[in-house]
Amino acid sequence: MAVEEKYLDKLAGPVAEAGKCLLFLFRMLLGIRFSGSQILTVLQQTYLIGARSLVIIMICGFFVGMVLSLQAINALEQFGASDQVSLLVGKSLFRELGPVLTALLFAGRAGTSVTAEIGLMKATNQIEAMELMAIDPIQRIALPRFVAGVISVPLLTAMFNALAILGSVVFSIGVMDLDAGIFWSKLQTGVYFGKDFVGGLWKSVVFGGTISLVAVYFGYSARPTGAGVGTATTNTVVLSSVLVLIFDFIMTSFLT
Amino acid sequence: MEDSKAKVRRSDTPLIRIRDLVFRRGRTTILDGVSMDIPKGSIVAFMGPSGVGKTTILRLISGQLRPDEGTIEIGGKIISSMSYAELKRFRRNFGVLLQDGALFTDLTVFENIATPVREHTNLPEPLIRRLVMSKLSAVGLGGIEEKMPHELSGGMARRVAFARAVVLDPAIMLYDEPMTGLDPIAVSTVRTLMRETNDALGLTSIVVTHNVNQMRELVDYCYIIVAAKIAGEGPPEELTASTEAGVNQFMNGRVEGPIPFHYKPPGAPWGLLD
Amino acid sequence: MRANYKVELASGIFLLLGIAALVWLATRATDYGQEIGKETYLITARFTNVGDLRDRAPVKIGGVTVGMVESIMLDPVTFEAVVQMGVATRFNEIPSDTGASVLTSGVLGDRYIGLEPGGAPDMLQDGDEIFITQSALVLEQVIGKYLFNAKTGESE
Repeated sequence: MAVEEKYLDKLAGPVAEAGKCLLFLFRMLLGIRFSGSQILTVLQQTYLIGARSLVIIMICGFFVGMVLSLQAINALEQFGASDQVSLLVGKSLFRELGPVLTALLFAGRAGTSVTAEIGLMKATNQIEAMELMAIDPIQRIALPRFVAGVISVPLLTAMFNALAILGSVVFSIGVMDLDAGIFWSKLQTGVYFGKDFVGGLWKSVVFGGTISLVAVYFGYSARPTGAGVGTATTNTVVLSSVLVLIFDFIMTSFLT
Repeated sequence: MEDSKAKVRRSDTPLIRIRDLVFRRGRTTILDGVSMDIPKGSIVAFMGPSGVGKTTILRLISGQLRPDEGTIEIGGKIISSMSYAELKRFRRNFGVLLQDGALFTDLTVFENIATPVREHTNLPEPLIRRLVMSKLSAVGLGGIEEKMPHELSGGMARRVAFARAVVLDPAIMLYDEPMTGLDPIAVSTVRTLMRETNDALGLTSIVVTHNVNQMRELVDYCYIIVAAKIAGEGPPEELTASTEAGVNQFMNGRVEGPIPFHYKPPGAPWGLLD
Repeated sequence: MRANYKVELASGIFLLLGIAALVWLATRATDYGQEIGKETYLITARFTNVGDLRDRAPVKIGGVTVGMVESIMLDPVTFEAVVQMGVATRFNEIPSDTGASVLTSGVLGDRYIGLEPGGAPDMLQDGDEIFITQSALVLEQVIGKYLFNAKTGESE
């Protein structure tokens, strides 16, 4: 095993790394058991990485909604079409900004902490202790965090979007005195459930999986030292952010 | 030397029998032709300077690593020929206490101790609770079950880790530097626990350490590993008095001796025998 | 287990909040569930030009949405646009001589179909057709007409 790793590292590093990451994903997915304790740990992790990201997601969502409306109204006013603001805000939120911004925030807030946590577990021999207890650490440590990420990101995206629309309501209706009826009816006729809403949801599921896989994998393969964990944490943010934007483009070109 | 061998052989067949073990990592040979017999009920120590592959032996015994040559036989079964599933079942026989205790930082003390139980048995919750609480009070820490590991002192954490290691009543205990970083009182506590559980439950314990003094009063038999080979073996008193240069240097902590002060890059052959 | 309980509760609340947000968004901020009622009846209307009217565009009477456009097809013989509209069954008392026109909300807004109720005693039934229709105003044509009229007016 050690010998193989050494050669893999030498051979085309990134490709091999991606392959290892994929194998890691398969090993994780093979560990799904739907047992009581596994569901409990998934719930626990959903709380730790999902629920704790909630506040930052909601605050950001609210202000993104406000600023989007401000910009949209400024631009649309020139054509006398400022009552289209909710359509513009809604579409761009559901299709792009909601999934992408939530994913980036999630990578920074939860991805890093997952990497650091697993890296530290490795540094303090916890992973090894598990192996010696005949507990598969991938199944026990990595899998629940991965699944929790896949569940959390779409839910967080929904809350981001909800708060953003609320922010838009506050600004457009509350501040700019646009008509509430027009606001809602524009959303309800112009934003499509299938294409915009479900499409965006799919995106966020993929983003959640990507970030969680990167975070878990980097934590798991971190060098078990302080510096190693630090590097791994940085790499998690960088790589998962880049991947999110790449996948966003790919998915957008397929979805539309 | 003859006496000590006789003392070990005293109990009928050895529980762990290692023959001509060779293990390499890349081009470096970590273990080269190591053979030993570990009798049931004894506490055996592997000692040696840092980084000579003491921990490797533990991993080989627990089946985490596979030897390049030679066999490890535990209770008549050869570890290296077991399938993954067999090995997983077999590992229930091991209790493990690693450096720094290695408590799971995301779980409470209770859940830490309960983890092996939940993983390997289908006991109902009340029974798990009773089992965990009895082990916890056995290490003298009843009442801390809801604390998180970071709230414990080093000695307490080590005792919790000890409770976790013995919760499934293993046949073999593996210790990797069990006393590093503890204050003298905690060292004594852990030492007493190790001795008492070993004798009371009829365990066989293997301790990996480089700390000679902490081990002297605890272990029955020592193997000193230098340069991938067994440089000396015997009860600790005997080894301390040994005249063999490498053993003497290590047991008495001298700078001068065959174990070099200067680092030699791998590849350059060196060792006791040249 | 006590310590777990709090965590379970908190993650449960998180899940519920998330699902609530999903449902709220889907029903309030998208066209999902915007069918005016589950049950609708179909009426058709023919227009010479529907402009950029799209599927799912609202059908309104006096500004109140009563249904939506289900399909827009071209009649291959008459080259008219055939628009099928689903109207909620609770608005089942629309007179048969009602007129339909393709209108625009605002200057550049979306197209919708406005119904002008007539006074006939019998009501529109499922599958009926509206005969009094007015096509969409196409900006270029309006401007063209205006210019043309202005020119002819000058010459006279």
